[in-house]
Amino acid sequence: MSETGNEENSIPLLTNERLLIKGGRVVNDDQSFYADVYIEDGLIKQVGDNLVVPEGVKVIEANGRMVIPGGIDVNTCLMKPFLGMQPVDDFLQGTRAALAGGTTMIIDHVTPQPGESLLEAFEHWQEAADKKACCDYSLHVDIPQWNENIKDELELLVQDKGINSFQVYMAYKDVYQMTDSQLYEAFTFLKQLGAVVLVHAENGDLIAQEQRKILGMGITGPEGHPLSRPEEVEAEAVFRAITLGNRVNCPVYITKVMSKSAADTITQARRKGSVVFGEPITASLASDGSHYWSKNWAKAAAYVTSPPLSPDPTTPDHLHTLLACGDLQVVGSSHCAYSTSQKAIGKDDFTLIPEGINGVEERMGFVWDKAVAMGKMDENQFVAVTSTNAAKIFNLYPRKGRIAVDSDADIVIWDPDSVKTITAKLQQSGAEYNIFEGVECRGGPALVLSQGQVVYAEGKLHAQQGTGRFIQRKPFPDYAYQRVKFRNQVKNKQGVTRGVYDGPVYDVAPTPKYITPAPSAKTSPTSHQPPPIRNLHQSNFSLSGAQIDDNVPRRSGHRIVAPPGGRSNITSLG
Amino acid sequence: MSEKRCSQEDDCSSLLSRLGSDSPRPRMKFGGMFCNVEGAFENKTLNFESFSPQMQRHRATRTQTHSQDGGEAARGQTVVFPSGHARETYGKREGDRLIIKGGKIVNDDQSFYADVYVEDGIIKQIGENLIVPAGVKTVDAYGQLVIPGGIDANTNLHASQKGLHPADDFYQGTRAALSGGTTTIMDHVLVEPGTSLLSAFDQWKEAAEQRACCDFSFHLDITRWHEGLFEELEILIKDKGVNSFLFFMAYKDKYQSSDSQLYEAFGVLRDLGAIAQVHAENGDIIDEEQKKLLFLGISGPEGHVLSHPEEVETEAVYRAITIAKQANCPLYVTKVMSKPAADIIAKARKKGIVVYGEPITACLATDGSHYWSKDWATAAAFVMSPPLNPDPATPQYLNSLLACGDLQVTSSAHASFSTAQKAVGKDDFTLIPEGTNGIEERMSVVWDRAVSTGKMDENEFVAVTSTNAAKLFNIYPRKGRIAVGCDADIVIWNPKETRTVSATTHKLTVEVNILEGLELRGIASMVISGGRVVLEDGELNVTEGSGRFIPRKAFPDTIYRRIKARSKMAEARGVPRGSYDGPVHDVISMTKSVPPTPTTRGAPCPKIQPGPRNLHQSGFTLAGAQIDDHIPRRSAQRIVAPPGGRSNITSLS
Repeated sequence: MSETGNEENSIPLLTNERLLIKGGRVVNDDQSFYADVYIEDGLIKQVGDNLVVPEGVKVIEANGRMVIPGGIDVNTCLMKPFLGMQPVDDFLQGTRAALAGGTTMIIDHVTPQPGESLLEAFEHWQEAADKKACCDYSLHVDIPQWNENIKDELELLVQDKGINSFQVYMAYKDVYQMTDSQLYEAFTFLKQLGAVVLVHAENGDLIAQEQRKILGMGITGPEGHPLSRPEEVEAEAVFRAITLGNRVNCPVYITKVMSKSAADTITQARRKGSVVFGEPITASLASDGSHYWSKNWAKAAAYVTSPPLSPDPTTPDHLHTLLACGDLQVVGSSHCAYSTSQKAIGKDDFTLIPEGINGVEERMGFVWDKAVAMGKMDENQFVAVTSTNAAKIFNLYPRKGRIAVDSDADIVIWDPDSVKTITAKLQQSGAEYNIFEGVECRGGPALVLSQGQVVYAEGKLHAQQGTGRFIQRKPFPDYAYQRVKFRNQVKNKQGVTRGVYDGPVYDVAPTPKYITPAPSAKTSPTSHQPPPIRNLHQSNFSLSGAQIDDNVPRRSGHRIVAPPGGRSNITSLG
Repeated sequence: MSEKRCSQEDDCSSLLSRLGSDSPRPRMKFGGMFCNVEGAFENKTLNFESFSPQMQRHRATRTQTHSQDGGEAARGQTVVFPSGHARETYGKREGDRLIIKGGKIVNDDQSFYADVYVEDGIIKQIGENLIVPAGVKTVDAYGQLVIPGGIDANTNLHASQKGLHPADDFYQGTRAALSGGTTTIMDHVLVEPGTSLLSAFDQWKEAAEQRACCDFSFHLDITRWHEGLFEELEILIKDKGVNSFLFFMAYKDKYQSSDSQLYEAFGVLRDLGAIAQVHAENGDIIDEEQKKLLFLGISGPEGHVLSHPEEVETEAVYRAITIAKQANCPLYVTKVMSKPAADIIAKARKKGIVVYGEPITACLATDGSHYWSKDWATAAAFVMSPPLNPDPATPQYLNSLLACGDLQVTSSAHASFSTAQKAVGKDDFTLIPEGTNGIEERMSVVWDRAVSTGKMDENEFVAVTSTNAAKLFNIYPRKGRIAVGCDADIVIWNPKETRTVSATTHKLTVEVNILEGLELRGIASMVISGGRVVLEDGELNVTEGSGRFIPRKAFPDTIYRRIKARSKMAEARGVPRGSYDGPVHDVISMTKSVPPTPTTRGAPCPKIQPGPRNLHQSGFTLAGAQIDDHIPRRSAQRIVAPPGGRSNITSLS
């Protein structure tokens, strides 16, 4: 890891920083102990008692407070375009907010539009982030559409660019949604590359239908959003994603677990041995979906995200319980802040409201407040779900997510007693609405170190624009892939060796009955399908190049088999 | 054949004389929805008045051989059937007059000892010391059970697969059904993509009317959903007496329906009062797995089960339930073959979802270990979808769920293909025609596995083999119950005797019986179908073409009461707000978010190049419709043009 040798202009500044954190209680995901931490060149150099350190080192007194690894927020969308708009929180605002909340690394989603090159989108994102980000970052790449061309780009991204996680969508019909076949292929390919598959799990087909129905009923406000995306639709897709993952033997990471039933589905699958990870987000852990019915349009619209917050008020509690017991692993924020005027694009049609909520700043605080302070979770598990697990799944460990010698000096001194009331006025984020407005939150960072530099202390932010580094991630993270590799070896399927079947073989008549005549006049005005017509067409002349329905696998899936019997025209029935 | 025709005429004209249509006789006259058996005890004398108009009209249609009934309707035809009466006369009579004595009548709700008197194919009296005409044939049922004839809710006796017609057609299939105690079958009409539903239905009905020996009804399998089917569905449901439709979630590129299609279809079916059935397997995954396995060189029947793992079934069941819940449509999952799939159904029912599950003979009696048999023919005989589960505990488990009511109906999914037909796929398991036998063994398997092991009582046995199916598919109480006014489809069940299943003795034409060698306790010692004794002393005596089509009405109460109530409840309401008057972000009309020419969506074959079909579309028109017209993808795009003045923004949801 020689990133310290980067040609970033701010590096020289950092290297001068030598720090000693004294008298703190170091909390990792496995244990807690009292020790001093010595930091030099942005790295942790020593951990222990009575350290021998050079003269003139700046000393920070922790006074017995917790010293924890900086948080990792694995799900932010700071540049996700919607109808050509950018979120109000870009990499600068977003990472500032992250640091203020004790998060020292984010993994942002690169969201190319269908047809766009993944590589170009990635470079675009990296460029923007390098200029603006105040903390270390890494990137997930979303795959908007699956096709053969994309494979080369994916390979390049994994091998050379240090990306090991890609998101696929089961929702957003006709835009991002993939069919099960495509998902299967994508999973297979990504597994070969050793990447982690992130899944946005909602059944897009059903949502599209429900949206149409609800708009037809005259419901255009934000309440239409949760009505058209009931939690069953989420749970169903989670179940399907896990099934696909099992079939392919590929680790699956479910982003944004928003409902009880989805979380339970993950829990059950893990009991059965599936390699699946679940990520609840700040909003689902601290709020519920009752606000969609708010009389205030702006407030209701601020909660619009997908999958939506569950209207069931016991959801946050349930998700915290599952986090505490390890059934869910990672806390993200899915931070994607749009201003009210941007949200207002959908004032007459909820399907046009840009989706996204805030949460990057409040993430760590709420987990502490709702889980640790309530006695559900201990401090080690707190570190695990806010930082260490994410580092392990995405192969950043032990560089991030642990306080140990040679780890990055991303350190938070956590004050469990601080109380603050969340309000949009005091937040770092640029959005004028905070969905947690007025909620009191115990626990917060007293001091934040990013790359060995104090960036937040006593409520003041000293972040420097552009100091964030892009952190490369290697494929085949052990945490996700070790089991998968072993299963690969065990799971080899074998056929049965038999003598050749030499009995009679039915002679299939060469004119299959089911080549059907033209349909009756009763069929619809919109759709009629005498299949044979197209065949004529195919034989007579060739269309130039590919066709719009090439993507529909129906035609290409035909396999013509001509066994000894001398049949013709038998398509495989599958 | 002449006999047959004669009896058909009889049937037909008597039907016409009563209703003036081909719909069934109104049998509920004497009972109604739950015609109480208790009433029968009081009514020990025949109420001849209520019968006489029927009788007279009935007789008018007959040759006047037995003419001196006039005032003496009491004794009716005083023809005395000698105990060893000639079989040939069966066809002439509409049905035997029979009294079943000394048996224990078992319905789904209670059992009691009573005699049953049958006339004109209908149960006329139930009780003790019945007064019946002289010379009526007496059947001794002492020590045996008198149960309603079985209903097999899933058979495929006429559906071709890949051009192969099943080895057992309506004649052989229904013969086998009767010999096993099943007196009504519901066959699946497989409508090939592009064919009209009505013509397929007519074709099936014609075939069945000519060949079937027991009453039959139909489910329609819709292989390609589009909105234009609505009219045909309406006709089928309202006029033709079909109230259940099957959709495939498997058989990719052939029969498979997408989630959107299922949702739309379910909505339509709910409005029309029909039941949605699904073949629940994830076709996309199966397709990929098949490719993988063939690539690995596994071409034998074991590839079938390897490519159809139980998760794939479970996933589809889960999805189907979710879609049905959203559409508020009742769902019937055919062929529940694995433990987790059954669990999903059980759980969904606990959440209050209207869903029913149907295990089949094969999965209740055997498991999927046979796919690894060294004998290709044996292994291939087991090929069906979803496949039998290799887990040997599955049959036990499914029987338990059946006993506790989590699964409701047993059927056979009978579709038999001869070994030579199966051998079409000898080098490629994906070509093996799918289907197992089971129509004959169904009732005995349930008795042997569930009742005689103590999992289930005799009433529940009647429920899962007959009554539940009758209720769900709305032919109750005409079928599925022993009560006055019901059809005389009666089985005298001997719980003590055993039989051994063997391909040499079964009534089918196929060479392999998947239950070969299995000893089953409980057999049908006598079967009465439509008032005719068709099985007695092990002798089968059936008449080809004697089966009647049983039309089924829409909106079965058992299912639709809840659905109707929920439809009323489920209306979502918007929030009345003042209109938002704040600033609205000005969206620059950028072309960025217009989904560009769709790049190929992952077709396995690499003939890509996102391409100019648009060119093509503008340049000239293809003659008529196109093969992909039915795919809703293209028509479903909604272009929204809000005040901001954007253009070409497809709704992103």
